[in-house]
Amino acid sequence: MTVELRNLHRSFGGVAALDGVSLTIGQGEFLALLGPSGSGKTTLLRVLAGLEFLDAGEVTIDGRRMDGVPARERGVGLVFQHYALFRHMTVARNVAFGLEVLPRSRRPARRDVASRVRSLLEMMQIGELGDRYPEQISGGQRQRVALARALAIEPRLLLLDEPFGALDARVRKSLRIWLRELHERMGLTSVFVTHDQAEAMEMADRVAVLRAGQIEQVDEPDRLYAEPASAFVHEFLGEAVRFEAVVEGGTARIATLPGVALDTDCPAGPAIVLIRPHEIRLRPGPGPAQAVGMHANGPLWRVRLALPGQVLEVLRTEGAWRPEVGQTCDLDLSRARVYPANSMW
Amino acid sequence: MNTSATEEAPATRALLTALTLVLLVVLLLLPLIVVLTEALQHGLAGVLATLSEPEALAAIRLTLLVAAISVPVNTVCGLAAAWCVGRFRFPGRGLLVTLIELPFSVSPVISGLVWVLLFGANGWLGPTLDRLDIRIIFAVPGLVLATTFVTFPFVARTLIPLMEQQGAAEEEAALTLGATGWQTFWRVTLPNIRWGLLYGVLLCNARAMGEFGAVAVVSGHVRGQTMTMPLQVEALFNDYDWVGAFTMAGLLALLALVTLVVKAALEWRIGVRGGGLL
Repeated sequence: MTVELRNLHRSFGGVAALDGVSLTIGQGEFLALLGPSGSGKTTLLRVLAGLEFLDAGEVTIDGRRMDGVPARERGVGLVFQHYALFRHMTVARNVAFGLEVLPRSRRPARRDVASRVRSLLEMMQIGELGDRYPEQISGGQRQRVALARALAIEPRLLLLDEPFGALDARVRKSLRIWLRELHERMGLTSVFVTHDQAEAMEMADRVAVLRAGQIEQVDEPDRLYAEPASAFVHEFLGEAVRFEAVVEGGTARIATLPGVALDTDCPAGPAIVLIRPHEIRLRPGPGPAQAVGMHANGPLWRVRLALPGQVLEVLRTEGAWRPEVGQTCDLDLSRARVYPANSMW
Repeated sequence: MNTSATEEAPATRALLTALTLVLLVVLLLLPLIVVLTEALQHGLAGVLATLSEPEALAAIRLTLLVAAISVPVNTVCGLAAAWCVGRFRFPGRGLLVTLIELPFSVSPVISGLVWVLLFGANGWLGPTLDRLDIRIIFAVPGLVLATTFVTFPFVARTLIPLMEQQGAAEEEAALTLGATGWQTFWRVTLPNIRWGLLYGVLLCNARAMGEFGAVAVVSGHVRGQTMTMPLQVEALFNDYDWVGAFTMAGLLALLALVTLVVKAALEWRIGVRGGGLL
């Protein structure tokens, strides 16, 4: 089961939701679509499910072109953001739905449907909820019902739209691990949409970062974090300290730190220098930074430093040297990355 | 004495309650009592005599026939219109909503008159229809047309906000699970709107049976042929047949009462099991 997306375009009222998206999703992969709201990730998911049409481009699933194939013939399971459970049906009837609407020739016998539903609910660890109505169960349980319902049709591809968006933080954490295990156990190919980078990084085999209808970067989570392809990805995937800079002759100079010169391949002109707070090293010295505050954050210390015209936060491990409040220090930005300024909005 | 706003409230409340009750009695209960006592002034025999007259029976039959045609037509069309407006965004959507509500904002007399201007002897299509020997105005088809027009908005107006609020997610879920359009409609859409739909149909029916203005224009008042119950009430009244007029009026009032009870039951049902409507 492989999914091939080629140069997808879709716009709503002149605004591009998908603007040339190309992507390959491999058998058994767990792929995250990560991006801020309005980046086109949900549109992409709906295109895969057959609920949204394309202006241009093509989707192939297992080599078969999907243009004109309606949602019901795609065999793609979709878990909606707010689950979209059938409110007038019991949990068991919800899960059975996909089997009951099959044409008579392919529909399993009533008894088989019932046992399939029972085993699915048990797999979701909600075996006792079959007779309840959606409004009578909790958010986390609803999500499991939605998942069971989508899996009942034995989908080739499972799509999840913000699967944890409506849940509180504690339930979310345990469901992440559980869902990841389920994916492995059932040998699914899954795509899920999220705006939460921690979620994407923790669960996915690969993460596709979307921005304004385009894919900025597709990579494994650790590589995405270590080697972001653009300033957008760098800032979206975790905390970053940002400096305005100018590149001239292969060297970037930061306006607020005249002493710093960074080698770069960026073309000459305005640039952005980004570095993660823990990547900044501090040395005792006469400046240019002055510590103006600090607090412990678990095992780490957050040190607030004032530069001429800028205040930034640096993370220090417990044992590492850090300045006292009021003391000056020197910054080492050698691990910073330089991006051309026009790659940002 | 301290007369703060909070201390005045009980008196104000009592006054408003009393006012409402008086209005209720004068405007609603009293007329109903008058209708029933006038109908029964010669006892049950007078009522039964009126109801066994061929003209009265014809009026009842015609009213039921007109409702039996216009209510289903408006149910189906109203559903289609509500689905279209409630589910999709398209150019001209606002205009469509306005058109759906048009019969509410137009005087019923005008609603009847348009059909006369269209199909009447001197109307646009009058001569053509005359040649083909098709009678619409001053005949049953005209009554059905006028009633259907006047009662069109009820079902659509009840369903549009409901369907907009429910959204299309459940229908989309059904589609991804392999349901066809029909299966989605019967198994997901219809069950979700059933109480709202029933409510709309009920209101539509009450108005279809009670409509006077539009029907009066197209009816032609042919006794025993094109007189619906409301028209028959007026005719009997003008004949000084008090018992007859009030008997027919009583029947219509009874219909209103039944509608009210069913409506209250529906509202209770909707309120209790929010899953049905909300």
